[in-house]
Amino acid sequence: MANFQSILFDDEIAPAQSVGQPAFFGDLNLDQVVDAITAPKQDYELKPFFYQLPQRLETIFYRHEVMRDLDNEAMMTAIHDFAEQMVIARRYLRLVEKLYDPHHKRGWFLEAALVYCQAVLTLQQRLDAVSFTARGWQAFIEYLREYVASIQFQTLLNEARSVRQSLDEVSYCLTLHNNGTVRVRRHEDESDYSVDVTQTFARFQQGAVKDYRLNLQYSGMNHIEAQILELVVRLFPHPFAELERFCQQHPDFMDERIETFDREVQFYVAYLQFIADMRQKGLPFCYPEMTQQRGDSFVEQGFDLALAYQLLYRSTPTVCNDFFLQGDERVLVVTGPNQGGKTTFARMFGQVHYLARLGCLLPGRRARLFFFDQLFTHFEREEDMRNLRGKLHDDLLRIHEILTQATPNSLIILNEIFASTTLKDALFLSQEIMRRVSELDLQGVWVTFMDELATYNEKTVSMLSTVDADNPAERTFRILRRPADGLAYALSLAEKHRLTYQQIQERIQP
Amino acid sequence: MKVFLMFPDRDLTLPKDPPPQAEALVQDLALEVLFAAMAQGDRFLLNVAQGVVLSSQADVAVLRYRQEILQDCLDNPTVLRELYSIPIQALENKQKHWLGVFGRQPSGILDSSIRLLDMYVVLLRQLRRIADTYAERFQSAGFRRFFAMIQKELDDACFEEMTGHLKTLKFRNGVPIRVWLGRGNEGRDYMLCKPTQSNWEWVERALGKRSPVYSFTIPTRDDHGFRAMREIRDRGVNLVANAVAQAADHVESFLNILRLELAFYLGCLNLSERLAALQQPICLPELSEAGTRQRHGEGLYDACLALTTRAAVVGNALQADGKDLVLITGANQGGKSTFLRSVGLAQVMAQCGMFVPARRYATSVCSGIFTHYRREEDTTMRSGKFDEELSRMSQIVDWLHPNGLVLFNESFAATNEREGSEIGRQIIQALLDRHIEVFFVTHQYELASGFWRRGWPNVLFLRAERQEDGSRTFLLQEGEPLPTSFGEDMYARVFAADQSALSEER
Repeated sequence: MANFQSILFDDEIAPAQSVGQPAFFGDLNLDQVVDAITAPKQDYELKPFFYQLPQRLETIFYRHEVMRDLDNEAMMTAIHDFAEQMVIARRYLRLVEKLYDPHHKRGWFLEAALVYCQAVLTLQQRLDAVSFTARGWQAFIEYLREYVASIQFQTLLNEARSVRQSLDEVSYCLTLHNNGTVRVRRHEDESDYSVDVTQTFARFQQGAVKDYRLNLQYSGMNHIEAQILELVVRLFPHPFAELERFCQQHPDFMDERIETFDREVQFYVAYLQFIADMRQKGLPFCYPEMTQQRGDSFVEQGFDLALAYQLLYRSTPTVCNDFFLQGDERVLVVTGPNQGGKTTFARMFGQVHYLARLGCLLPGRRARLFFFDQLFTHFEREEDMRNLRGKLHDDLLRIHEILTQATPNSLIILNEIFASTTLKDALFLSQEIMRRVSELDLQGVWVTFMDELATYNEKTVSMLSTVDADNPAERTFRILRRPADGLAYALSLAEKHRLTYQQIQERIQP
Repeated sequence: MKVFLMFPDRDLTLPKDPPPQAEALVQDLALEVLFAAMAQGDRFLLNVAQGVVLSSQADVAVLRYRQEILQDCLDNPTVLRELYSIPIQALENKQKHWLGVFGRQPSGILDSSIRLLDMYVVLLRQLRRIADTYAERFQSAGFRRFFAMIQKELDDACFEEMTGHLKTLKFRNGVPIRVWLGRGNEGRDYMLCKPTQSNWEWVERALGKRSPVYSFTIPTRDDHGFRAMREIRDRGVNLVANAVAQAADHVESFLNILRLELAFYLGCLNLSERLAALQQPICLPELSEAGTRQRHGEGLYDACLALTTRAAVVGNALQADGKDLVLITGANQGGKSTFLRSVGLAQVMAQCGMFVPARRYATSVCSGIFTHYRREEDTTMRSGKFDEELSRMSQIVDWLHPNGLVLFNESFAATNEREGSEIGRQIIQALLDRHIEVFFVTHQYELASGFWRRGWPNVLFLRAERQEDGSRTFLLQEGEPLPTSFGEDMYARVFAADQSALSEER
């Protein structure tokens, strides 16, 4: 048998235990992203795939290759059609569990087998026509060919078809009497009486009238139908005997590796479908280079995937931002006016790193990103501001915990921490934390209103949310490498009190 | 089976919305009076009268087709009313007995549709009897086709077939359904077979003469079982229920169309009877194609005025053949507006196939009939009023095509005479150049005399006459526009009463 295990992992053993949602998902809005990605595919339970980072750098490249080969219409359609058939086959099997009448159960079991066989055959035909560069796909198609050629599969296929054909030929005539008597016999080439009736009344045709045909959803079988079926079995014993034999001989007909593939490949499909409309709209996506060296990463035109998804059907453009860390640079310190895109920038930084680490296409034109081991975030939340003292204490505990767990290969993203305490305290605490971050040689982003942090040492890079020079009230949402100018703080305070030019204009009606 | 009494090749459908100019037309020509006389209190007749009269036809062939049918109706009023009673009975029966297509299941649909059809078959037999009895009396192509169709489509064999099916579909001997085995061994493609007429077939089978028959009987108290059987039955009769329900709908819709199309002629008949009672003449107008500029007649009168005053009114003669513009000037209350209305009314009636209020009339059809009247009731300021007039004019221009007809009554006078005349002149000129026919009542001397001075042959000048003693005849004569509108007269008459009262006091 071909050496195929998984379309998500090459040599790496897929983790048996599924992990929960990482702590930072909420801060980075990755929860929204993953919800949106997996929403159309609830049945596959894909979320764990998005929670679990591969251990090996090699796995990331394995996934890049698979996603690249899948990323075209023909392949997406092939996989989509296959998945759809598999969904139907599984639905039939679940139905069989719930049914009571043995002939009815066997009938649906046969349907499930037929749909499954067709799904596998069609997939093989479609994939045979493609030449793959991805190791994952090469191994899979090899496995698929061997499986289809196997005696086990061929027997399943031929027997299912032959039984189906015998059953197809069964046709009978019922007569229902008002007193409750039901008679069943073989059919005798009766003709359709409704045709006669329609013909007689055709002369009155006056143009379009209402359609009285009801879409009678009669899946399932009531006990009268079951009784009728018993009599039909007596009229036509042979096909039903064949069916029973088939069910006994193929109890678990689905191949385990095919089933696993069906679920795992949806990781790629779901992601590509999720980003399809954004790409259509012109937003850039790329496969990143990966680096294990600190101070050697960049993104061109990165953007917040959650925000871009929200803005998808609006005219508001999604703003892209660049960043890079080189040499000794470790921490991007972002200052500037509120509502200027600072938090969005911090989320973008986190998202591109996480998605790169997951082995996905990421939102950006070009990127080289760090193969981090852990990612930590701490975002200030307004709703937590009831008990300021307790809050500060919790903040410090949390940051302490982060700094204890972090290694030099970890990423940290801090957003407006200590905003609720006095400026003096905040500055003192921030500088202390920055010292420790610096000592650990952590990489990351720190969004703050304290300009002092931007020039803390050679490891910090100052970035500024910017405003339009002609109209200071207009936000550009661009975050640029630029020294902090002190104005941002004053502006952000004015803004906090809703006292900017534009706000006062809005508040005071002419 | 098609009624085709309004068009030689299609059914009448009343427009959802009246044409855009209808509102002004109704107001300016007092059409409500006409509709009321046609309807005689019947809302349906009113609705049809409005719908048909307001959707003017420019197709002379269609109009002649209707004129012939109308003549038949005027000649056979009792047959028309008897015919009209058939769809009315259908409607009343359905409402009285709640014979709708009820139920959301095929069996229910089938049962109620059969009862409906049973009722319709009785009425269709009546229709056939009327055709057999009276067809000979009708001359028009429309009625001849209609009666011939009834006799052909509703022949004896047809009735036999229909009643046969309606009886069979009551399924005295059970519902036979052919079924194929589908996915999951569930039945699929339920198909109704022709029911047998006797029970003996089953006995034959039971005796082994034919293929075996197995059976079971649902216990009387097994409600679930009976419901389940009904479900199966529903699948079997789904298609036939649809066929029968649609057949009932088709018959109903045939009868509805019959009612709709006859309603127009019944309205005409009602109106003719009202006018006859007032001893006012009517005639079917002689029609010619659009653009031939025919318009002449005798005894042309305003039927709405006659109906309102319940008295005979003065008719005018008109000879406007070859004219594009008719300018009407003259004495106030000298019959100018009445005359303009009678021209508009005749045109509107002629272009739906009706007779016209005149002893004799001939006209070419036009592509659309529009009125632009000065709105006396308008209380806005002078400039606002003029603005409003121009905006209505602009709308009319949006809707106009060559060979349209526009009736102006004192338009563009809500400003000083020089400006009003100049605007009026430009508008009229533009319309004439676009081959629009114009009737224009005005007291603006500058406007009227301007056209007089040009001496064009395609312009007719009419003047409301007054006698030497200052009294009015309400007759219009050809004549040069005169510089005053005889307002003095009216002033004199109104103030004369005061004067005499004053002198009496003295």
